[in-house]
Amino acid sequence: MTMAAFLARRLLASSTLISAARPFSSSSTTPIKATLFPGDGIGPEIAESVKQVFTAADVAIEWDEHYVATEVDPRTNSFLTWESLQSVLDNKVGLKGPMATPIGKGHRSLNLTLRKELNLYANVRPCYSLPGYKTRYDDVDLITIRENTEGEYSGLEHQVVKGVVESIKIITRKASMRVAEYAFLYAKTHGRKKVSAIHKANIMQKTDGLFLQCCDEVAEKYPEIEYEKVVIDNCCMMLVKNPALFDVLVMPNLYGDIISDLCAGLVGGLGLTPSCNIGEDGIALAEAVHGSAPDIAGKNLANPTALLLSGVMMLRHLKLNKQAEQIHSAIINTIAEGKYRTADLGGTSTTTEFTNAICDHL
Amino acid sequence: MSRRSLTLLKNLTRNTNTSCNQTRSVTYMPRPGDGSPRAVTLIPGDGIGPLVTNAVEQVMEAMHAPIYFEKYDVHGEMSRVPAEVMESIRKNKVCLKGGLKTPVGGGVSSLNVQLRKELDLFASLVNCFNLPGLPTRHENVDIVVIRENTEGEYAGLEHEVVPGVVESLKVITKFCSERIAKYAFEYAYLNNRKKVTAVHKANIMKLADGLFLESCREVAKKYPGITYNEIIVDNCCMQLVAKPEQFDVMVTPNLYGNLVANTAAGIAGGTGVMPGGNVGADHAVFEQGASAGNVGKDKIVRENKANPVALLLSSAMMLRHLQFPSFADRLETAVKRVISEGKCRTKDLGGQSTTQQVVDAVIANLE
Repeated sequence: MTMAAFLARRLLASSTLISAARPFSSSSTTPIKATLFPGDGIGPEIAESVKQVFTAADVAIEWDEHYVATEVDPRTNSFLTWESLQSVLDNKVGLKGPMATPIGKGHRSLNLTLRKELNLYANVRPCYSLPGYKTRYDDVDLITIRENTEGEYSGLEHQVVKGVVESIKIITRKASMRVAEYAFLYAKTHGRKKVSAIHKANIMQKTDGLFLQCCDEVAEKYPEIEYEKVVIDNCCMMLVKNPALFDVLVMPNLYGDIISDLCAGLVGGLGLTPSCNIGEDGIALAEAVHGSAPDIAGKNLANPTALLLSGVMMLRHLKLNKQAEQIHSAIINTIAEGKYRTADLGGTSTTTEFTNAICDHL
Repeated sequence: MSRRSLTLLKNLTRNTNTSCNQTRSVTYMPRPGDGSPRAVTLIPGDGIGPLVTNAVEQVMEAMHAPIYFEKYDVHGEMSRVPAEVMESIRKNKVCLKGGLKTPVGGGVSSLNVQLRKELDLFASLVNCFNLPGLPTRHENVDIVVIRENTEGEYAGLEHEVVPGVVESLKVITKFCSERIAKYAFEYAYLNNRKKVTAVHKANIMKLADGLFLESCREVAKKYPGITYNEIIVDNCCMQLVAKPEQFDVMVTPNLYGNLVANTAAGIAGGTGVMPGGNVGADHAVFEQGASAGNVGKDKIVRENKANPVALLLSSAMMLRHLQFPSFADRLETAVKRVISEGKCRTKDLGGQSTTQQVVDAVIANLE
C-alpha cells in the first residue's frame, strides 16, 4: 500500500509538468544529443544497461560517448579531453558513470575538472526508500541540494608555522544565492512542500550567516513553499530518528557532502543513489556516485540501478517526464518484485538479467 | 515514614528482573574523609535547562549524595560568562550545566564554546548506547565520541573580505590534535575499549585533517593493544546509519565530532538520553551529551515534558568523576530500570510523561 501511495505521489508531481512548455521536445523526430561517460570498472557494463533500457522505452536520445583518455590532455590539464568537455557544453546534458581517479601529480582530478570547466554549482540527490528493498527506514522521501563550488572545499590551506595549519572556508553571496534559487525552483517544479536550510550559524556567524541570509531572501519570493532553518546537529539527529520530517534540504558544501551520504545510507547505500550536477546555462550532468568496483568489473555482476535512476533524473531535467516515469516505475517494480536482484541487494541475478527484467516491466 | 515502608514493600514484592540488579560483591574502598560533601557549580541555563537540572537536584537529595550545588544564573544572551561563575568553577573544579541558547546570527558568540575555551576543556565526550528496553532501529550500539573541543572550525575567526565574500578560518594545531588523540587512547585503555577510529576529511583538506591524522597515528603506536583505523566523515555517517556496531571509540576534530555525536546519539535513542561532558586537565563540565535539543522547544518547556535522563546519566558520570562510584551505580541502575519498564517516558522516547513523573519514578526506584 505504501508503494501505491509512493508511486501516486511521484505521478502527481510529474503530471503537473507534462503540459509545461518544453525546450527539449521529444515529439519531433530529431533525437536529443546527450553526452555519455561510461567511466571505468563496472562503468561500461552499467552504461550498456542504460542504453538498453532507454532504447526499449523509446527514448529519443542519441548518445555521444566519451571515454577517459590514457594520457593528460594539455588543454584541460587532466585525463578528460577538451572534446569531451566541449561535448557536454554543446549538448547541455550528460550522464556519467564511475570514474577511477588516476594516481599521480601534475594534473587535476577528473571530478574537479568537470566541476570547474562546466561550472557545476549544485549537486542534487533525491533519496527515497525503494519499496521492496527494506532498510531500517521506510518513509524516506527527501532531496539534498548541495552547493558544490566553494565552502570548506575551496582547497585553500597553508601551514602558518610548524604544527599550525589553517584551512579557509569561503562563502560568497553569489554562490549561495545561486544554489538557493535552484533549490526553491526545484522544489516548486517538482511539487515539494518544504525547503530546509541547514547551517551552523550559531557558531560560524558570518559565513553560514551569509548563506542563511541568501536563503531567506529567496524564500520570500516563494511564499507558497514552507521554509525552515535547521542547525546541522539537530538535522543529523532528526534525520536518523525521523527522516519523514524533511523534504528538500539545501546546504553549503561540507554539510551537503556529509548529509547527502547520510541520507544515501538511510535508503540503502551509494549503489542505489542517483545524483545530478547542475551547471550554469542549464547544464545537467547526472552521475552515479558509487565507485568503479574494479573487483567485479567485466563479470556482469554490477548493479545498474544508480546509473539508471540518474538517467531518469536526466530525463526529468529534459522534461521527458512520461518516459522518465515509465522507466522509474519499471525499476521500482523490478526491485519490489524481488525475483531479479543483483548480488549487492541480496539476489543472484546478473546485470543483463536485471536489465532484461526492467525492460519487460516497461 | 510511610514512604519508606512503601519502598520496603516494593522491594519485597518486586519481580526480580535481575538484569539491572546490583549485587553486593562490588566494594569501593574510600579514603578517610572522602565522604565530606563536595561543592559543584550548577548552571541551569536556558529552555529546558532549569527543568532538567532541577531533576538532578531532586534525585541527588533523595540519594543524600555528598554534593551540594552552587547555583548560578547564566543565559545565552549574555556576552560573557560572569566572572563569579568562572571563579566558582575554578574553585570547585566540577560543574553541571543545562544548555545555553546561542542566538543565531545575533553577533553574540556562543557561551558554551566560551566556557570550554576559557577552562581549556579540550575533550568533549558523548557515550551513545542502546538502553535496554528502549526500542530503536539499531541494535548493539555502544559508541563513545571524543571530540576536540577548542579549535578547528570553531576558532571563531571570520571576516568579510569584500561585501558578499566571507572567510572563516579553520585552525588545526599539532598540540591540540595530539592531546585529544592521547586522551582518546587513554580513555580506551582505561575503559577497556578495543578500537579507536579517527574521523577526518583528509582527502580534501589535506593539510588540516592530515595534521590531525598524523597526530592520531603517532599516539596509536604507543597503544599496540588497541586497534586503530581511520574513516572519512561522509562514509562514517553512512556506516553509522547502516552498521553502527563496527564503531567503538571515535576521535574527531571539532565540527565532525558535533555531527557524528549527534548522529550516533540519534541512532541509539536520541539526544535526550545520552550522557556526556567536557573535560580538561583541571576542570570538568558535565551536560547533556550531544548538543541537539539541549535547550529544547518552547512547547516542551511549557508542558514540562523535557527528558531528564541525559542529564541524570551525566550526573552519574560526574559522581564517578568525584569518586562517589556507589552513588553513581545506584543512580544509573534506577534510571535504566525506569527506562526499561517503559511506563514513564517523555515524548522524545514515545511516551507522554512529564519531567516530574520521570524524576519521581527514578527516586522510587533508588535502592
